[in-house]
Amino acid sequence: MAKVKRSPWLLHYDGSSCNGCDIEVLACLTPVYDVERFGVVNTGDPLQADILLITGGINTQNQSVVKQLYEQMPRPKVVVAVGVCACTGGVFKDCYNILGGADTTIPVDIYVPGCAARPQAIIDGVVKAVALFQKRADEYSAKKERKN
Amino acid sequence: MGKRSVIPFGPQHPVLPEPIHLDLVIEDEKVIEAVPSIGFVHRGLESLVQKKDFNEMTYIVERTCGICSFMHGMGYCESVEHIMNVEVPERGRFLRTIWCEMSRMHSHLLWLGLLADGFGFESLFYQCWRMREKILDLFEMTTGGRCIFSVNKIGGVLKDIDGDMMATILSVLDGMEKEVKDIRKVFLFDYTVESRLKDVGVLTKQQAHDLGCAGPFARASGVKMDMRKRGYAAYSQIDFEPITSDIGDSYARCDVRINEILQSIDIIRQAAAKMPQGEISVKVTGNPNGEYFMRVEQPRGEAVYYVKANGTKFLDRMRVRTPTFANLPGMLETLKGADLADVPILVITIDPCISCTER
Repeated sequence: MAKVKRSPWLLHYDGSSCNGCDIEVLACLTPVYDVERFGVVNTGDPLQADILLITGGINTQNQSVVKQLYEQMPRPKVVVAVGVCACTGGVFKDCYNILGGADTTIPVDIYVPGCAARPQAIIDGVVKAVALFQKRADEYSAKKERKN
Repeated sequence: MGKRSVIPFGPQHPVLPEPIHLDLVIEDEKVIEAVPSIGFVHRGLESLVQKKDFNEMTYIVERTCGICSFMHGMGYCESVEHIMNVEVPERGRFLRTIWCEMSRMHSHLLWLGLLADGFGFESLFYQCWRMREKILDLFEMTTGGRCIFSVNKIGGVLKDIDGDMMATILSVLDGMEKEVKDIRKVFLFDYTVESRLKDVGVLTKQQAHDLGCAGPFARASGVKMDMRKRGYAAYSQIDFEPITSDIGDSYARCDVRINEILQSIDIIRQAAAKMPQGEISVKVTGNPNGEYFMRVEQPRGEAVYYVKANGTKFLDRMRVRTPTFANLPGMLETLKGADLADVPILVITIDPCISCTER
């Protein structure tokens, strides 16, 4: 776990977003913004993911799904809330089915604002997430060494 | 008879960025039945009419879906304009047509990319998304936004496209037309792609009609139905024919959509040539009173808006019927008897937009 500065694997889950942020997340991974050249891979498997990108607010139906995805990810893990809906609930805050932002269900580390969040902002958020991920990985290995 | 088993598909899965859950009942490798369960993206957007006034609702309706956001906003605005007897200036209507067709192009390119990803052709997926970015750049140049650009208002549009911008749009489209024609060769005449698409998920014209399918999905089965022919925005002054195919398999759906991209380029050229000078919006005063039923052709098919107003600034009811919802029964029909490996392709061929469907 010494060097995880590069090539984080992302897991993207669409909470109850309008698709705007989802296609911007995908736009980051495809040509023009292309973060795959740095080894960032969008994986569909929570068991292999390092960073969870969540778009859209939490509603009663998907709350358990989000919780389950978070729990399935191995430690250390970082959660990035992409878009204003995932941060606070956004324009849908007043809707009867929206409980609020992603932090109502799982601990969120980084908030990326915007409606829809621009690819540059998302990439910025992921870069911050990688730094945090490295920090957590270091702490984890230090703890393990002390135990030994 | 083989042993039956149930495979859960979704809500989180790598094929689509959006959550939909299907329980696939399979026997050996064949799908016997697919049972969908939806509601993972339900927000309750329509209920916001009680809290936001009818002008603010424009921005809420645009956030029904981030892909065809402009058309949602336009459908809602035109309904309210009809109730209030507002005549949108000619130039405003042409601008709406141009943005509509650009939205259609970006949506179809996105879909082609996802389809390529669905059958595992990564580089083709990237090519489609690279081309799509050019349209997004045009959106950014003309409106300032990439996905959701809020240029609609009740009474017209908020931003104008000047001569320089129009020249840029047309020159980008010229380059794009060539690229789309290049990519069409791969989608339609490549041996591998053909083998994944031909005769997969055939829906007959009768089935498509009976199940109430809409948009390119129905047109690929031979149902000649295109709401643009009703002449909203400036479509009444544009010369075009709905693109149809009689085959009704996944290959035909791909064919129809690629040809629609080329048709959109043609419509934008016509609109640019015919667009008059003048105002882009009119001032709207008072509150709406009455009801209206508006039908709009979105990239995925026919969307229906129902608006009921009572003379105050809050509407009584706003209802959206989205094309994906109409196409779901058709998708379940094509899934019956399909191979398990073809399920992702069949789910993608209706161009599902779950956030529209569940709102």
